[in-house]
Amino acid sequence: MKLLAARRRHPMALVVLLLVGLLLTGGAYSLFTGSTTASADEYSAADVEAGQKLFVTNCATCHGLNAEGSENGPSLIGVGAAAVDFQVSTGRMPLQMHGPQAQVKQAQFSEEEIAQMAGYVASLGPGPAVPDEEWLDTAEGDAAAGGGLFRTNCAMCHNVVGSGGALTRGKYAPNLTEVSEKHLYEAMQTGPQNMPIFNDANLSPEEKRDIITYVREVSETPSAGGFKLGSLGPVAEGLFIWFFGLAGVVGITMWLTARSK
Amino acid sequence: MTSIQHSGGPGGQVEEMNGFQNPGLPEHKPRITDSSPAAERLAERQIAAWFIVSMIGTIWFIVAYFLFPVGDSGALVRIHTAGVGLGATVALAGLGIGIVLWAKNLIPDAEVVEDRHDIAGSEEDQAIALEILNQAKDESGIARRSLIRNTLIAAVAIAPLPAILVFRDLGPLPGDKLFTTLWGEGVKLCKDIGMIPEENQIEPIRASDVTIGSVFHVIPENIRDSGHPLDEKAKAAVLLMRIDPSELNTDPDREDWGVDGIVAYSKVCTHVGCPVALYEHQTHHLLCPCHQSTFDVTNHCKVIFGPAKRPLPQLPITVDSEGYLVAQSDFREPVGPTFWEINTRETNA
Repeated sequence: MKLLAARRRHPMALVVLLLVGLLLTGGAYSLFTGSTTASADEYSAADVEAGQKLFVTNCATCHGLNAEGSENGPSLIGVGAAAVDFQVSTGRMPLQMHGPQAQVKQAQFSEEEIAQMAGYVASLGPGPAVPDEEWLDTAEGDAAAGGGLFRTNCAMCHNVVGSGGALTRGKYAPNLTEVSEKHLYEAMQTGPQNMPIFNDANLSPEEKRDIITYVREVSETPSAGGFKLGSLGPVAEGLFIWFFGLAGVVGITMWLTARSK
Repeated sequence: MTSIQHSGGPGGQVEEMNGFQNPGLPEHKPRITDSSPAAERLAERQIAAWFIVSMIGTIWFIVAYFLFPVGDSGALVRIHTAGVGLGATVALAGLGIGIVLWAKNLIPDAEVVEDRHDIAGSEEDQAIALEILNQAKDESGIARRSLIRNTLIAAVAIAPLPAILVFRDLGPLPGDKLFTTLWGEGVKLCKDIGMIPEENQIEPIRASDVTIGSVFHVIPENIRDSGHPLDEKAKAAVLLMRIDPSELNTDPDREDWGVDGIVAYSKVCTHVGCPVALYEHQTHHLLCPCHQSTFDVTNHCKVIFGPAKRPLPQLPITVDSEGYLVAQSDFREPVGPTFWEINTRETNA
């Protein structure tokens, strides 16, 4: 203690004190915000550095050299590793062209490169991390509870069995049946494009797992009633019956009334 | 009254009606089956073949019914349905096609004109009818016995009155129901978990839980207290969003209706009452899936597209001492579809 007291007026004391204070608050913050918010700890310094290089060459045009955002793209500070993993590994980013909505395409980077970029973005500020395997295991989820949550929170845009639907001005909620568990989780966590964010206070990790289980369950259950016509409901079914059903009725009527040769 | 006319073609009679020439029936052309006995036999066998196809369909229905029992899985149900459906289709289509071919190819196809008869009956018939009526008048004495006649008229006249009571039962009139919801001062905003929650499933929402870009589907804390929770939920459902306060154009009268960018609006469309819940968190548009009414959350849910005529009612909210979001009062205007008497009284807020 004597040693400390003697040096308390040292010019560096303030700096040391500040550092200790920052570390403590930061540590406490990450403790209280739970396991799904990650700092850059999971990624090595080399990853972050490699990620920064990839970011500067591939993303900075729109998102700014320091990910601060520009007219063409939002700031990525605090969006977390989950957002990068979702956007880049589904091919939505890098954006092919500006439009109402980023399109899914072949992923442009390897898994390792995506992890490096995720590490770099995670190092910019605390945000949602790539989810643990635990929350993606549909064997543990409750499809019935997930169904209730899905119908309340998701079905209005994504359709009651997740086959997607239209939004305003060319935007749309995509079909969920082919989306991986990890990407479903990350989308709820980060709210890509115009999708709202469902944080852990809104839908806990268990509830997110229930929802994923429900989506898997309904997309893998075979249809008992024959052709699903995309499970899109009255639009697809109406189109089918007006086009083929009515054409069939007209054809039969013509055959009935035609004179025999 | 029925006459059979084979049109005589161009040489037939040509009448003029209303300035148009009646071209008459087209020339009758005999079918192959009328002239060739071989074709007739072939047609006969074809028709019989269709009836046999129908029999095969019926038998297949019975076989498929036992061959593909309905099991536990959707796939088994599907195979069963497809199997018996195919049988029923073939059985009915075979019958139908056979009958139509029979009518078209073998049954005589001569054109027949059936003249309309006169609308009025013959004078004889009219006289008989009149006589019956007069006889009934005399025998019943309806002209003489005015007491009976008048009481009969009165009895018939009041007979429909009970219908008024029956139709009244379609009511009662909604009364205050359209003007009030479960929301009131201090009622906590709770998460909608997709069903009516059990006592231990009620989860109030903290202001700090609602991060920017979030959307919460909300029901009132007292949803279980009412006798008809689903009816009440249909009126009280609320959508809770947090938007960067700099993006909100807040009306000076509603300055304190939100909490730091957190705003709550009724989820019931003012057009015909569908749940408006398609929230785009970048454009801040709320879209109704039924008729594409679009509401702008940054401008107090003003209608910017579609058939709705009224903004979504806003629920004034605040934070209680424990940090939970609570309502300041009920909605200040009726929620849901607009109705005639909407301006006739104040809500109880």
